[in-house]
Amino acid sequence: MDSVLSIRGLSKTYKSGTVALKPVDLEIRRGEIFALLGPNGAGKTTLISIVCGLVNPSGGTVTIDGHDIVRDYRAARTKIGLVPQELHTDAFEPVWSTVSFSRGLFGRPGDDAYIEKVLRDLSLWDKRRTIMKELSGGMKRRVMIAKALAHEPEILFLDEPTAGVDVELRRDMWNLVRQLRERGVTIILTTHYIEEAEEMADRVGVINKGELILVEEKDALMRKLGKKELTLQLAEPLAAVPPELADWNLTLNGDGTELHYVFDPKGERTGIPSLLTAMRDSGIQFKDLNTHQSSLEEIFVSLVSDRRLGEARS
Amino acid sequence: MSVGAFNHRGVLAVYRFEMHRFRRTLWTGLAVPVITTSLYFVVFGAAIGSRMTEIDGIAYGSFIVPGLMMLSLFTESIFNASFGIHMPRFTGTIYELLSAPMSAFETVLGYVGAAATKATIVALVILATANLFVDVQIAHPFLMLAYLLLVAATFCLFGFIIGIWAKGFEQLQVIPLLVVTPLTFLGGAFYSIDMLAEPWRTITLFNPVVYLINGFRWTFFGTADVPVGYALAATFAFFLLCLAVIAWIFRTGYRLKA
Ligand SMILES: Nc1ncnc2c1ncn2[C@@H]1O[C@H](COP(=O)(O)OP(=O)(O)OP(=O)(O)O)[C@@H](O)[C@H]1O
Ligand SMILES: [Mg+2]
Repeated sequence: MDSVLSIRGLSKTYKSGTVALKPVDLEIRRGEIFALLGPNGAGKTTLISIVCGLVNPSGGTVTIDGHDIVRDYRAARTKIGLVPQELHTDAFEPVWSTVSFSRGLFGRPGDDAYIEKVLRDLSLWDKRRTIMKELSGGMKRRVMIAKALAHEPEILFLDEPTAGVDVELRRDMWNLVRQLRERGVTIILTTHYIEEAEEMADRVGVINKGELILVEEKDALMRKLGKKELTLQLAEPLAAVPPELADWNLTLNGDGTELHYVFDPKGERTGIPSLLTAMRDSGIQFKDLNTHQSSLEEIFVSLVSDRRLGEARS
Repeated sequence: MSVGAFNHRGVLAVYRFEMHRFRRTLWTGLAVPVITTSLYFVVFGAAIGSRMTEIDGIAYGSFIVPGLMMLSLFTESIFNASFGIHMPRFTGTIYELLSAPMSAFETVLGYVGAAATKATIVALVILATANLFVDVQIAHPFLMLAYLLLVAATFCLFGFIIGIWAKGFEQLQVIPLLVVTPLTFLGGAFYSIDMLAEPWRTITLFNPVVYLINGFRWTFFGTADVPVGYALAATFAFFLLCLAVIAWIFRTGYRLKA
């Protein structure tokens, strides 16, 4: 695996005593889009902030393309661009100068044509002379992305790029991320939204309470997480799942009043119509039915408990 | 792709950013020193100077010029440098500086270089304004300029430290108002310490600003209350102390990194 970012045993305990990261290991592949998923306070921003030099780690090492972020910070930092979670802007700076400033800060010679391209890609060209405080929130976020791209980074960190962003900007952002990936830029983004990870990422990491619970190919993960459950409340309790319904892998609850069926809503055939037909043919009647998709929260809980079980067994 | 051993473009970016910030307030920035200097001459020159005609054979109006320049140089240096680094901490834009391939030295060079440039310009504007009221002779013009730059750099470093230490904008003002301005007024900016009676004269010798002002005054008139060597050594020692503190700040990330 061609790893572009390698995190080993990275931990962080803030001065307040908060343990934001338990020792974390993570390898990011060159050119991939990696989504870091996790609830509030999971440690996503902390992880990114350490890699980008904003927060001192308590332990562990990070190398970017083989360059240690502490010993060889110059080479390491030249390669990365960061769009932080919060909007931080210089109120009186015009868009053009704040973006050119970023390029200079990272040691790159001026290149007006490139900056123009970045501004045009982000629909900021018309605003290039406007000062930051006169821009809307979404525009400011675009400028922050332009600043992060100004020095042509090889790795781009987007910390919750779509929080508080309208549908249009979200779509633009996704397009931009795909364009960047085509150019070979590695992208690491954090998000709360499982759909966002689903839409964009090649791989997904799930972090909870400072622990990286899992890192998996998106497709494999979505197959696992994308499941829905159909619950049928039966008119008469059953003692066991009837053999006619064996094909559907149903489970019966404790007192035999509910049948559960887990299905893939994106599959070609959900199996629900045929299940209902088979039930009618067997004379099993139900009072009510509902479907349910696990929320991100539940998925986290189940992931954590799965892991605990796994650890206990081994 | 790589940044060389020295990120000169990064230093220039910070320097230009800071100079651009000063240019936005150029007129107030220059009108203030011109008006205050004129006021000092009206008050000290006309009111007091008429009674106190000469100090050490120098006309009183001319005598206070180096002190006036130093007073402004101190406050301008501390204010510009502390504000320059405090602002990005306050607004959060410092994230970019921390994530950039900038060494501590380059960062300080950008901020302190710009602040010192502005403070020096203000001091020279005061000199030019003073020249309208009194005749100012400068015995050692190049040394005067060199001394001006050294003191500006030193107090800008000091200001930079204050800008990092301060938790809010009020704290930015505390040290300049409570320490630097009183020490300057008591440090012989407007009088010769030889005019003081004992024990005040000896006590005054513990005020470091006395040496700064006297060293500077020497470059104008070739005479001073204290030996010029002491003055230079004291300035240089303070300069090195500030550098050491800043090196420590960047090594530990004090108030810069969580
Ligand atoms: N500067 C700080 N000082 C002390 N504690 C902090 C600091 N920054 C973050 N924390 C704590 O560290 C933990 C992880 O925070 P972090 O910002 O990394 O979470 P996150 O996953 O980015 O959350 P969100 O989705 O809300 O952005 C939280 O408990 C938070 O309160
Ligand atoms: Mg966060």
